[in-house]
Amino acid sequence: MSDDVTAHVEGDPAQDLGTGVPQARWPLYEVFVRGKRGLNHVHVGSLHAPDDTMALHNARNLYTRRNEGVSIWVVRGDAITASSPDEKDPFFAPAGDKVYRHPTFYDIPDSVPHL
Amino acid sequence: MADETTRLATAAGPDGTTDVPEHLRRELEEAFERTVGSEGRVEPRDWMPEGYRKTLIRQVAQHAHSEIIGMQPEGNWILRAPSLRRKAILLAKVQDEAGHGLYLYSATETLGVDRGELTAKLISSKQKYSSIFNYPTLTFADIGVIGWLVDGAAICNQVPLCRSSYGPYARAMVRICKEESFHQRQGFELLRTLMAGTEAQRAMVQDAVDRWWWPSLMMFGPADGDSPNTQQSMAWRIKRHTNDELRQRYVDMSVPQAEALGVTFPDPELRWNAERGSYDFGAIDWDEFTAVVKGAGPCNAQRLAHRRAAHENGQWVRDAASAYAAKQEARRREGVAA
Amino acid sequence: MGADDSAYQALAETLDGDDHRWAFGAGFDAGTAEITAPPPEGVDRDDLATYCLMLADDALVASQRLAEWTTNAPELEEEVALANIALDLLGQARVLLARAGHLGAAERYRVGPQDDEDVLAYFRDERAFRNVVLAEADLGDFGRTMAWMLVYSSWRLALMTRLVASRDVVLAAVADKAVKELAYQRQYAAQWVVRLGDGTDHSRERVQAGLDGVWPFVEELFAVHPVEARLVEAGVAVDPAELRAELDAVLDQVLPPARLTRPERPAVGLVAGRGGRDGIHTEALGPVLAVMQSLARTHPEATW
Repeated sequence: MSDDVTAHVEGDPAQDLGTGVPQARWPLYEVFVRGKRGLNHVHVGSLHAPDDTMALHNARNLYTRRNEGVSIWVVRGDAITASSPDEKDPFFAPAGDKVYRHPTFYDIPDSVPHL
Repeated sequence: MADETTRLATAAGPDGTTDVPEHLRRELEEAFERTVGSEGRVEPRDWMPEGYRKTLIRQVAQHAHSEIIGMQPEGNWILRAPSLRRKAILLAKVQDEAGHGLYLYSATETLGVDRGELTAKLISSKQKYSSIFNYPTLTFADIGVIGWLVDGAAICNQVPLCRSSYGPYARAMVRICKEESFHQRQGFELLRTLMAGTEAQRAMVQDAVDRWWWPSLMMFGPADGDSPNTQQSMAWRIKRHTNDELRQRYVDMSVPQAEALGVTFPDPELRWNAERGSYDFGAIDWDEFTAVVKGAGPCNAQRLAHRRAAHENGQWVRDAASAYAAKQEARRREGVAA
Repeated sequence: MGADDSAYQALAETLDGDDHRWAFGAGFDAGTAEITAPPPEGVDRDDLATYCLMLADDALVASQRLAEWTTNAPELEEEVALANIALDLLGQARVLLARAGHLGAAERYRVGPQDDEDVLAYFRDERAFRNVVLAEADLGDFGRTMAWMLVYSSWRLALMTRLVASRDVVLAAVADKAVKELAYQRQYAAQWVVRLGDGTDHSRERVQAGLDGVWPFVEELFAVHPVEARLVEAGVAVDPAELRAELDAVLDQVLPPARLTRPERPAVGLVAGRGGRDGIHTEALGPVLAVMQSLARTHPEATW
């Protein structure tokens, strides 16, 4: 939902927040779901959780709505080493760069209507 | 070394990275424009212009914030929902909205911003959310009207974004639109039930429509002439239609639905224009829109204070979970060492 | 814009048969059993209806309490989890209320055209609610809520696990579904109690205070009401006294890693020997029902 989102020019998102509130932030986990037997696990998105157990718990809630019989993997985002978009170009040498560590969403497992 | 080249290549670093050699920069830009121009998808580790990245962060974050703040006006009626079926639906819907917020924050994280930063910006008013949620929900008919008109307007805005040039956003939107269309249907179904009900229920519906119609038209944003960034965003394919195009489309779809429902929109100038093949409608009160956007709506202060309180009251819980995780990690390492 | 239309066109399609699209369903699911099944042979209809109300009210009032967390949870992921749990309990309540209604419990409260479940939820007064008072207790902060949930879900899971064998097919079906939901709920609560207890000093204090706060309501969970006693005899109900050992076992497992101590507090007193199962509640229930029932009672002739 958005008002004309391009109409409001905000500050630089990377700037200091200035709230002065200390923030314990839960790490980011990437979530992979096997929608049904015979399929690969597919990346569906990410979430935050304090630890692996809670990450799995939250993933079940958010991405599978607790359907029985599906398999879920969660992995901390900072444990993923990602390739660069175009391996042929030496300019895009692979790196575990901190800022860009997050892999993309991949396609949603269940078929969605063509929109 | 490797870090440095990637940072340059993605040009998405916090410092804005403008020191890429000119000829390489041109090449990257051309590749980006080719991707976007041919309806390709930009993915997180691709090079992208800094303006594109910033605009996207702002757009997706604002959308995520809207989902989260939007839980409040509807949440206002969960405890009082007048039947258990309506209570279950409303609770499930508000829960869906938390889920949508999470999908969208997840998309912003692929752009290198942390959800915690965005939450801090929301509660310190540095980022906005949709102004529609600064209006109060005064009767249970508001729940139906929010589903029908507000979610309807959101769908109009959002369905085209399923083809956004930014992959993670487009994919989140596909998922969200699927659920939103259902939200809209439940709203319409509630209103149909109320219109078939008692005199008081019918009056409740008309009153709600009267209050929400104009704000829902404002959801599409300023008139095209006053929306300077539209052109760039459309070129980047992160906005697919102009505000006025979408607004007109929304009016044209909503009028027959209102007729089917048996309610009227509070606009004496609303009439069919055969020549245009569209409905003409009256002038939007842009002063009200501006005031609400600037924070002077009926519920701006309340919504933010509520979100801030929930976030701050939860800090001890988040801290505890982090502390526990750290202890467990330390114990695991001790166990390995021993 | 043709390609964009599909989601919007959905509005024009039939509105029936949508319930399955909600993650948790907008209807209720009695499993394979029919609400209209006759009571098992030799079982008193009113007793069975009353027992259904007891178990329904335990879930309905707890669900209403948990729904208070909406938009107030400490993190968005918890927002989703707490709503799941509230929805599960609401679903359990609805089947049980419908069953009680079918057995005749709704008639004396009926003032309008509402379904039985709504008659019983919205038009019964406080004194007619049969829930244990734990269900109506103020949930306080997240620490108290998790302590509350650990106790509540462990107890109800122990109950439902046994109720699967009930001679009443509806109770057995409700229990079969509820067992999975409550196992999830108990796991969620246990995880949090351990994290809060073994998190920071501050969080341990808060969750310990929460556990202390709900403790006086625990004793009632094992009290046997005459209706329950008769239905236990008939192979329909679960003997509450049997459930104590299972709750103790859960607490013995969870409290040590959570570095929490088992409270030593007296049980909340009864009124002439009567408690929640007799409709004698704490002062907490009245306001909960006042909020829940306000709109429905303002329009007694309306359906929604």
